Amino acid sequence: MHIEVSGLNKSFGDFHAVRDVSFSIEKGHLIGLLGPSGGGKTSILRMLAGLETPSSGDIVFHGKRVNDLPPQERGIGFVFQNYALFKHMTVYDNVAFGLKIKKFSKSQIRDRVMELVELTGLKGFEHRYPHQLSGGQRQRVAFARALAPEPQLLLLDEPFAAIDAKIRQELRTWLKEMIERVGITSIFVTHDQDEAIEVADEIMIINKGRLEQKGSPWDIYKSPQTQFVASFIGESTIVEDVSKLKGFEEAAGWPGAQALIRPEFIEVGKPGEFRLQSATEQGKVKHLHFRGSEWMVEVEVGSITLITYRSLEKEVLHPGDEVRVLVHRAYMFNQSDSWMMENRLKEDPMPIHI
Amino acid sequence: MKKLWITLTYAVFLVLLIAPLVRIFSGSWAEGWDGFIEALTRPQSLHALWMTFLIVIIVTALNTLFGVMLAIYLVRADWLGRRMKQLLNSIVDLPFAVSPVIGGLMIVLLLGPNTIIGTFFEDIGFKVVYAMPGMIIATLFVTFPMMVREVMPVLQEIGSQQEEAASTLGAYSWYTFWHVTWPSIRWGVIYGVVLTVARSMGEFGAVLVVSGNIINKTQTATTLVYQDVENFNIVAANSVALVLAAISIGLLLLMEWAKKRKEVH
Repeated sequence: MHIEVSGLNKSFGDFHAVRDVSFSIEKGHLIGLLGPSGGGKTSILRMLAGLETPSSGDIVFHGKRVNDLPPQERGIGFVFQNYALFKHMTVYDNVAFGLKIKKFSKSQIRDRVMELVELTGLKGFEHRYPHQLSGGQRQRVAFARALAPEPQLLLLDEPFAAIDAKIRQELRTWLKEMIERVGITSIFVTHDQDEAIEVADEIMIINKGRLEQKGSPWDIYKSPQTQFVASFIGESTIVEDVSKLKGFEEAAGWPGAQALIRPEFIEVGKPGEFRLQSATEQGKVKHLHFRGSEWMVEVEVGSITLITYRSLEKEVLHPGDEVRVLVHRAYMFNQSDSWMMENRLKEDPMPIHI
Repeated sequence: MKKLWITLTYAVFLVLLIAPLVRIFSGSWAEGWDGFIEALTRPQSLHALWMTFLIVIIVTALNTLFGVMLAIYLVRADWLGRRMKQLLNSIVDLPFAVSPVIGGLMIVLLLGPNTIIGTFFEDIGFKVVYAMPGMIIATLFVTFPMMVREVMPVLQEIGSQQEEAASTLGAYSWYTFWHVTWPSIRWGVIYGVVLTVARSMGEFGAVLVVSGNIINKTQTATTLVYQDVENFNIVAANSVALVLAAISIGLLLLMEWAKKRKEVH
């Protein structure tokens, strides 16, 4: 289903939860609504479902304005954060609920329910009650129940929030595959950037009720358009006065501009590890944190503390070590603009041609 | 010291609960089985028990219907303002705070034969006070909080998500109520019904004021007991009281059972 949203606003009393949000979604895409808690993501999702009425703005499904349609007639499936399974019904009856309302025949219902039960890997659990299932299984039931009446749009509110970390990973992959196989347009809400990046075809970053940026995960990572997006996606350190760093002296030309430097833009190491010594900076290791698969290094360059990662394969650093630091690039932000600045000294001033 | 308190507790129970029951039991058998049967088969006894039965049935039906409806509105309706909800919510408890006699008096003052509304109803041939309708209204007033107070917390606890899920699956409110909400509040409603039955069966003050206690006309089982005591007809009073007590105890047992079921679900 093609979705078009324009000028969407929602206020709860004095609280302006959603501010002038507009976007469109292609048929068959899997969209992640990403942002901090309380940012208005769930309100947008609920307005799409018809569970909440917009204060102003239009929601258009397939070229038809649906603002005044109740949720019953929008052709959507909704997966709630806590699944909201009918607790006095078995898995079978939960999945069959939407089909019974559509007045399917008994045998049609059985075929469709068994098909979904099989698809979601719940075979053998049809006669269990929700309280007899694990969190992951409940999530699958909620998913099967929402899909049963063949909706055109699937909406998922924090679908993995209530599941423990290990199974969450598994379910993410499973859900992405499942949605691809069914080919249904889907929107899910999450506050977990890894989840959004991993699962979504496209991400919409929502902050304080505003749509900050919409694009593929890679685009958003590569070219964040606002400071919020840059700091929310990926890790980063904000540097007030980046012109103090080697290779970024020209930043002084933009007074008031802040720089945002991601750990992966920074390399640290012993002097011998760099090909281009002239672009590096003298630094001192402040702290080391073991992160399972790599070291997180806090390094002090003058008055600036930078964070980066270092492979376990390389020589182990110790706090207090004198190291060389190479900053490849930085995102620059001022009030109105954002741009990327490369380390000027990385261009070898005296290239050696052999 | 601890033993003393335990003994004291038992003593209080014995004096307050068990002793009166035993007294009623032995009192109603003072003239043997025949005396008991005779007391109950007097025309006024049969009529009074029939009146009580009718009031219990009608009041319970109305109270269940409106109590569940009000509970749903107070918990779910977003078209009611927060302040309005708070106001309604505190008004629901009014009958707990006001003495039933005063409740009955308010009905007489509002709907009695000398009032505008009372005269209007009398003119169209519908007697309210000193007749069945007034007694039903009085009992409704007294039992009103029972159902609302039982159902509201259950509705709050289950939340509205299951109902919202039903609506996204295409179910409209009536279907959602019977297939999603009702199975969750069912035991709360049963508990409320038991309380309403017990209370409306035992209601005395409000009914006495509103009914005028006219023998064979507006006399209920409780007001008959009162009249029998006044007339020193102790065996008859005890017999009718025993019937009421036995039904109440049965209801209490039913309530315990309902409570257990409520916890399970």
